[in-house]
Amino acid sequence: MTGGISKRIYRIQFALLSPEEIRKMSQVKVITADTYDDDGYPIERGLMDLHMGVIEPGLKCATCGGKVDECPGHFGHIELAMPVVHVGFIKEIKTLLDATCKSCGRIKLTEDEIRSYRERMENISLSTSDPEVIGLMSKRITEEASSRSVCPHCGTQHSKLILDKPTTFREEGIKVTPKEIRERMERIRDDELLFFGLNKEVARPEWMILTVLPVPPINLRPSITLETGERSEDDLTHKLVDIIRISQRLRESRDNGSPQLIIEDLWDLLQFHVTTYFDNQTAGIPPARHRSGRALKTLVQRLKGKEGRFRSNLSGKRVNFSARTVISPEPFLSVNEVGVPEKAARELTVPVSVNTFNVEQVRELVARGPEARDESDRYLAGVNYIIRPDGRRIKVTTQNAEENSKRVEPGWTVERQLTEGDIVLFNRQPSLHRMSMMGHTVRILDSQTFRFNLAVCTPYNADFDGDEMNLHIIQKEEARAEARIIMKVQEQIMSPRFGGPIIGGIHDHITAMFLLTHGNPMIPENVGVHMLSYLDLDEMPPVEVHDGKRYYRGRDIFSLILPKGLNLRFSSKLCASAREKCEYEDDPEDKYVTIINGRMVHGTIDEAAIGSFSGVIIDRIFRKYGPEATAKFIDSMTRLGVGFLSIRGFSTGISDYDIPESAIARIEEISNDAIERTEKLVETYRKGELMPSPGRSVEDTLEIEVLSTTGMVRDESGKIASNFLGLNNPSVIMARSGARAKMLNISEVAGMVGQQSVRGGRLNRGYYGRTLPHFKQGDLGATARGFVKSSYMSGLNPLEYFMHSIGGREGLVDIAVRTSRSGYMQRRLINAFEDLKVNESLRVEDTVGAVIQFKYGEDGVDPTKSDKGKTIDVDYHAYDIEHEVA
Amino acid sequence: MAKLNVLQHELVPAHHVVKKEEEDKVLKELGIAKDLLPRISRSDPAIKALEEIHGPLEGGTIIKISRKSPTMGYSVYYRVVTSEVFK
Ligand SMILES: [Mg+2]
Ligand SMILES: [Zn+2]
Ligand SMILES: [Zn+2]
Repeated sequence: MTGGISKRIYRIQFALLSPEEIRKMSQVKVITADTYDDDGYPIERGLMDLHMGVIEPGLKCATCGGKVDECPGHFGHIELAMPVVHVGFIKEIKTLLDATCKSCGRIKLTEDEIRSYRERMENISLSTSDPEVIGLMSKRITEEASSRSVCPHCGTQHSKLILDKPTTFREEGIKVTPKEIRERMERIRDDELLFFGLNKEVARPEWMILTVLPVPPINLRPSITLETGERSEDDLTHKLVDIIRISQRLRESRDNGSPQLIIEDLWDLLQFHVTTYFDNQTAGIPPARHRSGRALKTLVQRLKGKEGRFRSNLSGKRVNFSARTVISPEPFLSVNEVGVPEKAARELTVPVSVNTFNVEQVRELVARGPEARDESDRYLAGVNYIIRPDGRRIKVTTQNAEENSKRVEPGWTVERQLTEGDIVLFNRQPSLHRMSMMGHTVRILDSQTFRFNLAVCTPYNADFDGDEMNLHIIQKEEARAEARIIMKVQEQIMSPRFGGPIIGGIHDHITAMFLLTHGNPMIPENVGVHMLSYLDLDEMPPVEVHDGKRYYRGRDIFSLILPKGLNLRFSSKLCASAREKCEYEDDPEDKYVTIINGRMVHGTIDEAAIGSFSGVIIDRIFRKYGPEATAKFIDSMTRLGVGFLSIRGFSTGISDYDIPESAIARIEEISNDAIERTEKLVETYRKGELMPSPGRSVEDTLEIEVLSTTGMVRDESGKIASNFLGLNNPSVIMARSGARAKMLNISEVAGMVGQQSVRGGRLNRGYYGRTLPHFKQGDLGATARGFVKSSYMSGLNPLEYFMHSIGGREGLVDIAVRTSRSGYMQRRLINAFEDLKVNESLRVEDTVGAVIQFKYGEDGVDPTKSDKGKTIDVDYHAYDIEHEVA
Repeated sequence: MAKLNVLQHELVPAHHVVKKEEEDKVLKELGIAKDLLPRISRSDPAIKALEEIHGPLEGGTIIKISRKSPTMGYSVYYRVVTSEVFK
């Protein structure tokens, strides 16, 4: 492409093709339904006639003389035996027929009305005005004309015209044939067309009834030759064959005076074929099928929907130099890396231009061939193709590698296989934010999957239950530079969404760091050393001796991965709700995580410290030490977590939720109590003694009262259960540290599931006056309205199970509705914003240079660099400076 | 009942007419041609309110809008009056 705009669209006009025009643009009148003769040569005046273009090499176009790639293709045409309706215009045809007189063809308006409307319509020019305005106006006029049953001009009485979807019109139950429709349309006067929004120059209404059908160029419907040598025609060709056959039979039947019934049947059949030729998903008729039973893809199907021309071929295209496979985790990779299977690496290439400086290295590379390995049989990047300066590609094989390497000269290009350290783009759909596509450096690994550090799951929103991801190999230096400088994972740790880290510890990181630091455990030296062997360290933690045995302390081990000079004090998640002393910590000072000069002295590391979205430590390291140090911290944290957990062990199971019989009995008691209290509330209500709370009806008051009662018992039962589930319980550890699940989930399993709700209220729909047929009508009791007193552990009874499913469905419906709606909203936003840019002076402009915002975001602040949306955290900086080591 | 002046509502940012003689200065400061500025319809309630004070505003008048901003204190935006009706 040479840049610059060569042509500008001045205007677009939509028009109807007239039969004359169709014939005029046609190069051949197609009369036989056959395609090729026995020798495989296109039959003259058949559907593959050479006048409509060529698809076979060696043949020449009979119209323009061009060969395969030169001929643009030309239209042909079919003369239909009888006119048929064009489905695409069915709405317009209906309006035209409804609004005009069937005998005189005038619009059913009085002369006065015509005069006044004409004045108004002529005021707005058809070609320059807003189509919406014209449409609205014409709709009003035609509706008025349609509502009149007697023609004001000739007095003809009209009965209602009914459209029998998709293409049949009936008047008093009698079919109006397309031929008759066409005649009626012909009678409509030119000067009255403007009431329908039609331009008489280019759109006569009778052209909406087809008498001639254009046959698209062969280029649009090429036949393919199967491996068996059998020829397979395009779906459009199949459809055109049907149309010609039926049209022929119809012509014969009509000409030799067959019974009217047979003619009508054939005519209907022709209408069916022409309709499905345009749109094979027309409502009201069965789709035309291939012999194999597959529905044919006809004109509309080629364009419409996700798989259509627009969304699949124009807005989005398949790309080269990309790979897709299943993903799996690998904690020993850095967040900046991606593991690529050897099989993929051999196929994916980077172009290397040969110059005088690298020619020797490149020759060596080529000499390795396409299946290079080193002495220890490990992967080495080879070369798949070499490209001569004239663009000719030479395939490199193990046999010709040596020889080809000698041919390579400066000016040539070599397609080198992927190698360790290459920067690539890694992506997971749906790509909802910029962190959905990040730059990674390549590590070549065995096996079949892409692998990456678990901390990167969050920005991609990936898990490993079968998710697949895409990899794109960058082909240009500029793009590689951009990928390294702005797209690399470590550069994307801070999210522009909330000005905090989006990459950070997840499940196991948090559990491990929690266990490592909570209560500052003593770790025997040998165990500690094993854990530390997972890390790359320059120093060892201090040793403490107790009873002659040597120990490391958990917080000291964690401190090893913190950068020197980090000063930080914040409340841990564990103690976030504590006032004076935290109930989970022995030392009151441990309510806060205190880090001085990179040494953790107090507190417990949990979600608030290292989690993605919230991690304070990650946030501060990034701001003070930059992307690289942060990436290193996360990498070390992942490894330390694996090291720690694999030696300590950590698992969860159903026994986590065992609580004593007495507690179960107590929960049973309070839930029965709640049911009873609900019963009482309902009784007071029935007696009419319930006092409505201000601004509410009695019914609402009752519902709110009951909800608060049932809500209370659930909390209560949760408390009872948690009393027996302490911080030595794995599930509780995960919930309290923020690694996974909430305490609520634990109380649902051990205590009680509680009140189910739909749209914030108790369940109330289903059968007449009751949720299920097991209850009396109008039963407002707890059980009848979705109170589940069982726990997941004890199991739900059938009624409870139903209630729970009703409540659960709301969530599913919400998700289904939300994703599709937000997806469409996002699409619209992206389309609106896609070519806006922020210029050097932070001004937001569109492509013309028109201002959208005078300063990006009106304040010029990059939210990525903001502190959770605020400009600066003064308290932190004060603390940091206070503890700065001189 | 007194007619509501939308400009006095706390959610409506302050709108001011830029005087003809100051237009050049403003445009120079912004370093931009007038036709590239964002527009505001003459039918906009804020413009109608301004017209009550200043009399009819002709197309091309620059309006200065000062919005409250949590990070900046306030931020300034400019629009040009147009007779176009936006949908
Ligand atoms: Mg998944
Ligand atoms: Zn041709
Ligand atoms: Zn008439």
